[in-house]
Amino acid sequence: MGISRRTALKGLAVAGSVAVGGRARAAERTLPAAPPDAVGLLYDTTRCIGCKACVVACSEANNLEPDDAYWPGGLYQAPLDLNERTKNVIKLFKGDDETPSSFMKAQCMHCLDPACAAACMLGAFKKREFGIVTWQADLCIGCRYCQIACPYGIPKFEWSKALPKMVKCELCSHRIAQGRIPACAEACPREAVIYGTRVALLAEAKRRLAAYPDRYVPKVYGESEGGGTQCLYLSHVPFEKLGLPTLSDSPTHDPVRTLQHRINKGFFAPVALYGALAVVLFRNRKAGAAERASEEAP
Amino acid sequence: MSVGAVPVGGRILTKPFKALAAVAAVGFAVIALRFAVGLGATTAMNDGYAWGLWIAYDVVTGTAFACGGYALALLVYIMNRGRYHPLVRSAILTSAMGYSIAGFSVMLDIGRWWGAWKVPFFVWRWNPNSVLLEVALCIMAYVVVVWIELSPAFFERGRTAALPWVRRLSERALVILDRGLIWIVALGFLLPTMHQSSLGSLMLIAGPRLHPLWQTPFLPLLFLISCLGMGFGAVIVESSMASRFFGRRPHTQMLAGLAAIVVPILLAFAAIRFGDLMARGALPLLFAFDLRSVLALLEFGLVVVAGAMLVTRTARHRAGTQFRAAMLLLAAGALYRFDTYLVAFQPGPQWSYFPSLGEIVVTVGLVAFEVLVYLVLVKQFPILGAQPAPPQRPRPSGIARVERAGVTG
Repeated sequence: MGISRRTALKGLAVAGSVAVGGRARAAERTLPAAPPDAVGLLYDTTRCIGCKACVVACSEANNLEPDDAYWPGGLYQAPLDLNERTKNVIKLFKGDDETPSSFMKAQCMHCLDPACAAACMLGAFKKREFGIVTWQADLCIGCRYCQIACPYGIPKFEWSKALPKMVKCELCSHRIAQGRIPACAEACPREAVIYGTRVALLAEAKRRLAAYPDRYVPKVYGESEGGGTQCLYLSHVPFEKLGLPTLSDSPTHDPVRTLQHRINKGFFAPVALYGALAVVLFRNRKAGAAERASEEAP
Repeated sequence: MSVGAVPVGGRILTKPFKALAAVAAVGFAVIALRFAVGLGATTAMNDGYAWGLWIAYDVVTGTAFACGGYALALLVYIMNRGRYHPLVRSAILTSAMGYSIAGFSVMLDIGRWWGAWKVPFFVWRWNPNSVLLEVALCIMAYVVVVWIELSPAFFERGRTAALPWVRRLSERALVILDRGLIWIVALGFLLPTMHQSSLGSLMLIAGPRLHPLWQTPFLPLLFLISCLGMGFGAVIVESSMASRFFGRRPHTQMLAGLAAIVVPILLAFAAIRFGDLMARGALPLLFAFDLRSVLALLEFGLVVVAGAMLVTRTARHRAGTQFRAAMLLLAAGALYRFDTYLVAFQPGPQWSYFPSLGEIVVTVGLVAFEVLVYLVLVKQFPILGAQPAPPQRPRPSGIARVERAGVTG
């Protein structure tokens, strides 16, 4: 009995140390590289005039109904935020004494290493052609773990439907397939948002930063945030004022992935624990049978 | 394996049964409505708080309440403390019901429920990085395992059935189960170890959106420890209430043994949680006395009070103290889980969540249904362990006898 208990505790200790130890070597992984064909958007707050032409163009291009949730049945004005009928939105940061006002365009960031895809059980959300994160209906069960995972709060759920879908910007991948560009970039009258390969967009962003250093916060948001994104931002106000979270260079889901990999590496730990448990149980049963036998014998 | 478990017997259609059935019926009506009109119209969940009461209570907290089977499996089969055997079967029943209800709640909560069958079967689509996939598969598997663990109770009853083929089938099943149950019991320990810790890992992915009082790489370890504590707590509560309700002698001695194990578990939980906050420099947040700090302090308070109540041997042997401390312990674990999944989650200032009436009615209805099935099964099948021997009259010791003899003589 003493032996078996010790074996059991050892098994537990293994499981425990595996569960905890994952943190130590989280930095082992190399950061994600952009897919070679990665495309994206570059949004520049200094150029945006808040006309919302991109919002309308997006709705048309993606067959989205007008968002009348704020005033059902009333006259449509404009969506307040991304939601089940809005994949792209322009918002205003109202400035104060220290910070000037700024417009902000929100849509999916198309992360180089997306948290939604890491979370998704069957891979409904996945980086597909051109590194665009798209949603495949037949693999989604609507668990909404992507909404818990996404650091930007991008995926939206059709709460109003009995048979709902997930909704988010897919960079007009259907238009790109026809040789066109995303509707928002096409509609923008000021080239505040432009479309291109990530390499070209990053180069353009850096060119603007170098050419007009006094105009911008000296940084391209999305170059490395959360492991990097395919949609990039230049801004004249601090990025957190625009609702863009301050993230480290590694994806927000990196700690959990490292831990998960360590535990499930070749499924070794669970199988080992299972084997150890079975051994303990067998010994205990044998010991129990022997005890009973010795009790009955005399 | 039965160690003298017998059906409690008695009428099924009692007043409590009818009351529970009524509450459950209302819950199921709202469930029907949810499927007809969708989640937005029946729940308060939103794009910010995409998970609400059904995940936080029915799944994350409910399965921890249902860890009695797991906790006792550790004690009885792995640490080989056979004397706790009479508690095992009813604990397994509570686990089976808790996990089945959790699985059912998931089906209500997921938006695209008609595709849920793909999760276990689309093996080539499995995302090895998805913690939720691991949780889902483990919980599905455990529901099957735990009903198999309970099945001897049904077959033992089946042995005395009127139909000869039922008798034959039951006999054969019992033989097979007796041989193979070890493999099932080992799974019954492995699976909760995996998914209960992973229920903690699930929220790791929220990264900076989870408040630093709760966001820690120790989440999986803390969830694992807390589910063990809650498992033992649930066994104490369930056993005390069953004894009371059915007018049976309470297993006070045995529950005192469980209470003794609970104390170091609580201590370990509080120490790791506190040490982690200290190491991450989050202690000032604990004493900020805003909503989150007060709730975190309340968690610590409940853990400490529950542990302190059970510190002395005499206290552990008082049935009332056992019950009250176990209730506090369950409250502590439940609060920790609610906080991690709802309070600590910060999707942004524009979002708020409080469960809708519909969500609450469904959750209450499912709990009522759970209790109702428990009552029926313990009355009909050999599940509750044999009552402990009646307390022996204190036999006068030799000295007392001599003294008494002296007095009278």
